[in-house]
Amino acid sequence: MQFMLLFSRQGKLRLQKWYVPLSDKEKKKITRELVQTVLARKPKMCSFLEWRDLKVVYKRYASLYFCCAIEHQDNELITLEIIHRYVELLDKYFGSVCELDIIFNFEKAYFILDEFLLGGEPQETSKKTVLKAIEQADLLQENVDFQMRLFAGTVCESPNNPRCSVEH
Amino acid sequence: MPAVSKGDGMRGLAVFISDIRNCKSKEAEIKRINKELANIRSKFKGDKALDGYSKKKYVCKLLFIFLLGHDIDFGHMEAVNLLSSNKYTEKQIGYLFISVLVNSNSELIRLINNAIKNDLSSRNPTFMCLALHCIANVGSREMAEAFASEIPRILVAGDTMDSVKQSAALCLLRLYKTSPDLVLMGEWTSRVVHLLNDQHMGVVTAAISLITCLSQKNPDEFKTCVSLAVSRLSRIVSSASTDLQDYTYYFVPAPWLSCKLLRLLQCYPPPEDGAVKGRLVECLETILNKAQEPPKSKKVQHSNAKNAILFEAISLIIHYDSEPNLLVRACNQLGQFLQHRETNLRYLALESMCTLASSEFSHEAVKTHIETVINALKTERDVSVRQRAADLLYAMCDRSNAKQIVAEMLSYLETADYSIREEMVLKVAILAEKYAVDYSWYVDTILNLIRIAGDYVSEEVWYRVIQIVINRDDVQGYAAKTVFEALQAPACHENMVKVGGYILGEFGNLIAGDPRSSPLVQFNLLHSKFHLCSVPTRALLLSAYIKFINLFPETKATIQEVLRCDSQIRNSDVELQQRAVEYLKLSSIASTDVLATVLEEMPPFPERESSILAKLKKKKGPGAVSVPDLEDGKREGGELNGGGERGPDSAAMSASNASTPSPSADLLGMRSAAPMSAAPTSAGSLLVDVFSEAGPAAPSAAVNDDGFLRFVCKNNGVLFENQLLQIGIKSEYRQNLGRMYLFYGNKTSVQFASFTTTVSCPGELQSHILSILRLNVQTKPVEPVVEGGAQIQQVLNIECLTDFSEAPLLNIKFRYGGALQNLSLKLPVTINKFFQPTEMTSHDFFQRWKQLSQPQQEAQKIFKANHSMDTEVLKAKLLGLGTALLDDVDPNPENYVCAGVIQTKGQQVGCLLRLEPNGQAQMYRLTLRCSKDSVSLRLCELLAQQF
Repeated sequence: MQFMLLFSRQGKLRLQKWYVPLSDKEKKKITRELVQTVLARKPKMCSFLEWRDLKVVYKRYASLYFCCAIEHQDNELITLEIIHRYVELLDKYFGSVCELDIIFNFEKAYFILDEFLLGGEPQETSKKTVLKAIEQADLLQENVDFQMRLFAGTVCESPNNPRCSVEH
Repeated sequence: MPAVSKGDGMRGLAVFISDIRNCKSKEAEIKRINKELANIRSKFKGDKALDGYSKKKYVCKLLFIFLLGHDIDFGHMEAVNLLSSNKYTEKQIGYLFISVLVNSNSELIRLINNAIKNDLSSRNPTFMCLALHCIANVGSREMAEAFASEIPRILVAGDTMDSVKQSAALCLLRLYKTSPDLVLMGEWTSRVVHLLNDQHMGVVTAAISLITCLSQKNPDEFKTCVSLAVSRLSRIVSSASTDLQDYTYYFVPAPWLSCKLLRLLQCYPPPEDGAVKGRLVECLETILNKAQEPPKSKKVQHSNAKNAILFEAISLIIHYDSEPNLLVRACNQLGQFLQHRETNLRYLALESMCTLASSEFSHEAVKTHIETVINALKTERDVSVRQRAADLLYAMCDRSNAKQIVAEMLSYLETADYSIREEMVLKVAILAEKYAVDYSWYVDTILNLIRIAGDYVSEEVWYRVIQIVINRDDVQGYAAKTVFEALQAPACHENMVKVGGYILGEFGNLIAGDPRSSPLVQFNLLHSKFHLCSVPTRALLLSAYIKFINLFPETKATIQEVLRCDSQIRNSDVELQQRAVEYLKLSSIASTDVLATVLEEMPPFPERESSILAKLKKKKGPGAVSVPDLEDGKREGGELNGGGERGPDSAAMSASNASTPSPSADLLGMRSAAPMSAAPTSAGSLLVDVFSEAGPAAPSAAVNDDGFLRFVCKNNGVLFENQLLQIGIKSEYRQNLGRMYLFYGNKTSVQFASFTTTVSCPGELQSHILSILRLNVQTKPVEPVVEGGAQIQQVLNIECLTDFSEAPLLNIKFRYGGALQNLSLKLPVTINKFFQPTEMTSHDFFQRWKQLSQPQQEAQKIFKANHSMDTEVLKAKLLGLGTALLDDVDPNPENYVCAGVIQTKGQQVGCLLRLEPNGQAQMYRLTLRCSKDSVSLRLCELLAQQF
C-alpha cells in the first residue's frame, strides 16, 4: 500500500498515512485530486479505480471515506477488508466510532493504524491483539503506579533497568 | 465535544480542536491557529521548564495544525525531547510527531537516532515497537544507515517478543524499499525464510510481506520459501473456519496471510518437486471448490475475503500457465462473476479474464463469454467497469470474432465516455489493422472511426491508414472511392479531410474515370472544405492540389487560379504562402516530365512497428497492452505488420527508427520516411525547403561542438539548434566563478518527456592521476517535461579550481514522440572566461614579456584569416576574450597587444598576448606568453580559430 486517506463527505481530510516518501506539496496535490475523484463517484459504483499508475480502493462508512492506494499487483478485495478491519478496530476502541472521535482523538487513530499496518503491510490482523496493545498503552497512562508495577513485574526483564525505575 | 476520551485526555487539545471546528471562516481559522502558534512558541521559549504533559500537549497541537494543512517550522526539538521521556504516551506522541513531520536537519536526526537506539536496546517491548514503528514510518536513508544492520538481528533473535518481531519485519521491509543496498540479509536469509513456519500467525503475516519483497529481488537466495509457503498455505486452506481463532475473519481462515502466500508463490515458477507441486495443486483446487460452496455468512466481508483468496489463486494459476484444467475452471468461475450482482466482482472478473485471454489454454474458454462482455460494455453503469469490458473485448479478439468485436466497439464509441474514447479509438484501429483480411473492411472501419470519433483520432491513427493504403495497391482504388464518398457529407471531420486530401492526391486517378468523381469534381469537393480547415490541413490540401496538377493536367488552370489568388499567395501564414508560391511556380515552370518525377506516387513505407500500437503502449505502459497474440504463428506473411512488431525489443526498435512521421509532417513531410526520389532533379531543389521538414533527428550522442567555438569571445547567444530543440545561453563570470543560464526551447508542438540534462567534466579532468577536479560545475535538475513551444531554464554554477583545457560536456536526453533523443554538447566554458583585464604601460608590458621568456611559456601560431580582418571586429573579439586591449604598447600600430590575469581558485596566471595581422597575406601571427605553460598552449589553440 502506498498511502491511506480518510476524508469526510465534505472533502475534509481526517487522517493521512503515507508509506512512500513524497514532498508535502505532492501529498497535498494527490489528496486534492483523489478526494475530488472519489467524491464524484456515485454510490453503486465499484470500489476500485485506476488512478495514475496505481489502483485506488475506497469505501464509505457513514460520513467518512476510507481510501487506499495500492500497487498493480496488490489485491483489491483484501484491501477492502483491510479498510473494514481498521474500521472495526476504531469502532471497538471508541465504542461505535463516529467522525468526531477521529477528529478529537486523531493521535489514537494513528496509533491504532500503526499497530495494524506498518510500512503499508498488515502487521497484526487479529483484532484482539491490536486492541490489547492499544489498551495496554492507555493503562500505562492512566495509572502511573500500575504502570510501575507492570513494568517491573511483567514487561521488563531486568528489575534494574533504569528506564523502569526512574519514574517520578 | 464528544464525551469519549479514552486514556489520556488532553483537555487543552480538545478545546483547541473545538475552537477550530467552530470557526466560521477560513480567515477565522487561520487567526485562531496563529494565536495558538504564538502561544506555543512562547511556552517553548519561556523561562519556565515545561513538564512532560504540557510538552506533549503542545506538540500534539502542532501536529494537529500541521495535519490541517498548515506549515510547522518549530517544535521538532520539543518532540525529540519527548522521545526520551519514560512515560509511554509522551514518548508515543514524540514519535508520532517525528514520523509525520520528518525533518532533514542533521543535528535533529542524530538526536532522533540516539533516542531510537536507546529504545531499541531497552529490552522493553513496547518501547522497542515504538522505535521500530518510527523507523518504518520515516524510512529515510539516514535511518537505514543507522539501523539496517541491527534490525535483522532483532528479527531473528530467539528471545525477541512476537510483537517486536512483527514490527522488525515490516520495518526492515520499509528500509529495504528505500535503501536496498544497505539491507544485507546474507547470513540471516535462511532464518528469515523460516519465519514462515513460526507458530504465531501474526509473525508469519508480517514476515511474509518482507519475504515476498526480498524474493522478488533475489529469487535464488530465497527459493526455499516455496515449499514452506506451500505447506503453510495447505494447512490454512484445509483448516476448519474456527481453527485459527482470531485470525479467522468472517469464517475465512487467515485471508490476509493466504493472499500473501499465493502472492509469494507468484515470484517463482511452478515447484519442481512433484510432492510440493501436488500439494499446491490440491490447495488451488480446494480454493476453487470453496467458491462453489454456499456462503457461510451473508456478510459482504465474508465473500470479499473468500474471493480475495480466489482471485489471488487465479492469478497464480495464470502465472503458472501450465495447468489447462485449472485455467479452464478459473475461467468458468470468473464467467459466473461476470453476472454477479456485486459491481466489484464484475469489475475484477473482467480484469482477471483479460489475462486469461492471453493463455492458449483458456483463450477459447474466455471467448465463450463474448456476449456477456459485450452486454457489459453496453449496460454497465460505471465507466470503470465498461473500461474493463472494452479491455477484455480487446484481449479476447482474434480472427474469428474480430468483425463482431470491432463493430461493437465502434457502436459503443458513439456514446462512450469522453475519458476512454481516445483509448477505444486506438484499440479499434489496432484490431482493424491486425485482423484485416480484406482491406476494404479495414478502410471502412478507420473511416467510420474518424466519422464517429474524429476528435479522438490521433495523428498516429490517420498516418497509419495512409501508410497502409500506400503500401497495398489492392486497396487504393477502394480507399479513394470511399473517402470521396465520405467527403460528400455536409459536415465532415477535419481528420477526414486530411485523409481524403492525401488519398485523392495520390490515388484520385483511380476513380477519375467515373464522371461523378471526375478530377474537377474531386478538386471542387476538397476545395469546398479548404476554408473550414486549420493551417496544417490547408497546407496538406495545397500539396494535394499540386499532385492533382500532375495527375490531371486538365485541372491545372483551375488550380493555378486558386493558388494565385491573394488569400493563398499572400496568406499571412508563411508556410501556406510559401507553398502557394512554390507550387504555382513549380507548376508553371517545370516540364511535365519534371513535374511527374517530383510529384511521383509515394513509395511504400518501410514496414515497422505500428505507430498506434506504440502509442497505446505509451498510454498504458508496456506490458499492459497484450494484443491478442495467439494467432501470430498462424498468420500468413501477407499481413501488413510483418509478424515482428512485438516483443521486448520493440520499444527499442521504434526508438531507433527515426522515420516515424513527426507530428507536423504532412503530405510531403511524410516523405522524409521514404527515399527522396525528387531530390536529384533540378526542380527538386526548389522544393527542398518544403521537404526539409524531416522527422525527428536520429538519436545521436556524438558530441556536437559547432557552437562551442563561437562562444570563446562572447557569452550570450544560441548554442545549438535543430528541428526540435533550441538551446540558448547567457553567462557571466567574476574572478574564478561563473554562472551560466541555459535556455532549452521546445520548437515543436509536442511535449518532450523525461527531459534530463547532465553536465560532466570530461575524461582528462577526472582521470587525472591525482584526480584533481579542475572545474566544478553545479546544476540543479530541470523540469522533466518541456511542453510544446515552451522554454525552460537551467542555471549552472561554475567554479574554476585550476587551469583546464577540456570543456565540460552537457548531455541532454528526452523523449519526443516515443523516440529517445540524446544530445551531447560541449559547454562553452573556456579558460579565458576567468580573465581579469590588466592595464599596463608599454614599459611594464615589455618588462613582463621578457620575464616570461622560457621557451615553454610561449606558444605561437601562424594561421590564415578565417574571418574579417577589420580593425573594429578584431578589437571587439579581443575585448570579448576578457583581456585588456593595450594601446600604444606595440611599436607597430597594426598589432594588438593584450594583458590579463586568469583567476582560478588556487592561483593566478598572468597572460600576455600579441596578435600581428598581415592584411596582404591574410595571415596572422599569434603569440602568447603566460606564467603557466599549459595555459599558453590552450589559449593559443582556442584563439587561432577565432580570427
